[in-house]
Amino acid sequence: MSSPHILMCPPDHYGIEYEINPWMSTERQADHALAVDQWNCLRQLLVDAGAQISEVAPVAGLPDLVFTANAAIVYRQQAILARFKHEQRQGEEAHFRNSLENLGIEVTDPPDDFSFEGAGDALFCGETLFAGYRMRSDAGGHQEIGALLDVRVLPLELVDPYYYHLDTCFCPLAEDEAIYFPGAFDEYGCRVLSENVKKLIPVEENEARSFACNAVVVGRKVITNTGCPRLHEQLQTAGYQPVATALSEFVKAGGSAKCLILRLDGEEAAAWKRKPAIG
Amino acid sequence: MSQNNPPAEDAMAVEEIEVRGHIIDSLILPKVLDCITMAGGTFRIKNISIGQDRTDPSFAVIDVSATTNTALQQILAQIADHGAVPTASHDCQLVVADLDSAFPEGFYSTTNQRTEIRQNNQWLPVTNQEMDCGITINPQTSLASCVPMSDVQKGMPIVVGHAGTRVFPHERAQQDHTFGFMSSAVSTEKPKGVVIRQIAKQLFENRQGEGKTLLVGGPAIVHTGSGNLVCELLRDGYLHKLFAGNALATHDIEQSIFGTSLGVNVVEGNLADAGHEHHLRAINRIRRAGSIAAAVDRGILKSGIMYECVKNQVDFHLAGSIRDDGPLPDVVTDSLESQRIMRSSIRDVSFCLMIATTLHSIAVGNLLPARVHVVCVDINPSTVIKLSDRGSFQTVGLVTDVEPFLRSLLTEIRRLEESK
Repeated sequence: MSSPHILMCPPDHYGIEYEINPWMSTERQADHALAVDQWNCLRQLLVDAGAQISEVAPVAGLPDLVFTANAAIVYRQQAILARFKHEQRQGEEAHFRNSLENLGIEVTDPPDDFSFEGAGDALFCGETLFAGYRMRSDAGGHQEIGALLDVRVLPLELVDPYYYHLDTCFCPLAEDEAIYFPGAFDEYGCRVLSENVKKLIPVEENEARSFACNAVVVGRKVITNTGCPRLHEQLQTAGYQPVATALSEFVKAGGSAKCLILRLDGEEAAAWKRKPAIG
Repeated sequence: MSQNNPPAEDAMAVEEIEVRGHIIDSLILPKVLDCITMAGGTFRIKNISIGQDRTDPSFAVIDVSATTNTALQQILAQIADHGAVPTASHDCQLVVADLDSAFPEGFYSTTNQRTEIRQNNQWLPVTNQEMDCGITINPQTSLASCVPMSDVQKGMPIVVGHAGTRVFPHERAQQDHTFGFMSSAVSTEKPKGVVIRQIAKQLFENRQGEGKTLLVGGPAIVHTGSGNLVCELLRDGYLHKLFAGNALATHDIEQSIFGTSLGVNVVEGNLADAGHEHHLRAINRIRRAGSIAAAVDRGILKSGIMYECVKNQVDFHLAGSIRDDGPLPDVVTDSLESQRIMRSSIRDVSFCLMIATTLHSIAVGNLLPARVHVVCVDINPSTVIKLSDRGSFQTVGLVTDVEPFLRSLLTEIRRLEESK
């Protein structure tokens, strides 16, 4: 298997320039120097974990370009590009397209008339694509993506605006295991998760607020923001190696570790990466 | 996710929606259905296909109903978030009629089933539903209605094509069960007693209710000596309208004046002397009086079906044909005018009894919307088959002689009267 390949965008132009989620306040600016340090620490942890990092060139006026998780969803050599819900982020699409194409990935437009925010809202766990909707991505669009990729899609409604992307409240660890914050889902969503993911690790509310679920999984390493000790204990018990790294300046924009990366070779929990493509 | 929800047809505002994908495992389908009911709406799953393998998508087509359009729109907005979207989102296309008495090319041809058209993103019910017509919208009132070809006026907006139109098929299983027996087409081998009892019940209910009962009758009613039975039904308020031709009225009047029908003595069954002239003499007497009502007023006509119609204010319409003798002065010989009169008269009809007439049965069957229950009684099965072949699927046929049918019907009605 090839080494983990991750897309990131240096935070040169990162800042809180608008408010499109409850975390953001233009009056509560990120400390830019600290943000750069935090981003570099995360990058180093990923390199230490064996990952190869590719970068999107930062662009002035596109502060959220740093959150590459939202660029696209990657399935084998194909990426389905994002169509951002908010005008403020729509300018990122062309840059993400260029970067992905330059990496030799075939880029496909998302289904017409639907918003779709990439791996922020679409995560493989086993054979299934779990997909968050209502806040940023549309349920109908997810179904079309499922048809396009010929995979099972289970749309999950996100009911708490603080958890506006699926990757803020759900993180597949392995093909049959994931962490999640139950409060971000309704009863239907919780049932779908419990019926379709064999081992589910629930995260407490205070840790979910520290973006415990916004974790990067590389091999058995699970990198999260600081402030999630209870989850880290659970991860250790389950045989993972949790790593905490401070990402407070990105939390101010509503993002954390997982939001800052896009796994180009497929997440650890995606079953397809261990199976050859058919046809 | 019960499918035993109230039928969508009963509600005022309906929209067909579709939801597809992995709607079962993701609980999207039950969620959508729960959303509908929690918002006070109802649903009916019209079609559902479940994927066989894990990656196979499923889909469902669902009628969503609410009591008002506003409520429906709120429900639709809610379920759209879960990926459930209307299957039709286009208004119907209107083309202005460029000629009198003709539709524009490509016009939408109607059925007798309940129909709606979409205008300004809203479904409008089509009134005066009738098969083989077009649909127009009154620009002043925005009301949609069926319009026959002959009534088209230049400048009328006419619906063309099928986009933005929808038909609600008549589904017997979901109708009220008064006519639960209406489940098979014509048969000579049905237990007639059950059917006759149901017809009696319908006549009895219509006498008390708002729906009107229409009799479409042929002259065999008189020839078979059952005129007096129809007279009883008219006198007792069970029949509210009569459509017939020149023949029924003529032989009824002949019998009243001469005691014969087509020259045959109805009581004794023998041929009267010069009996073949009786019907002409009867017609002549009425023509001399000016009308059937005038003949009743002047004491010329003292009994019979037409007499009872006049005396009991039963609305009758006699439509002419090319072979008519006379005809009687009340007969409308202009076929288009006759159709117009019948059309305006059937609006409040909910039950129609067609007895022993082929041409008038088919003519009236063409005009009736599918919601009207029709029972066709004839000694010849082909009459009923012809009705069904021409699209009057709501017809139940009873193959029997007229006289025993009417006698049994009256017996059942009397039984009902005694039990209430």
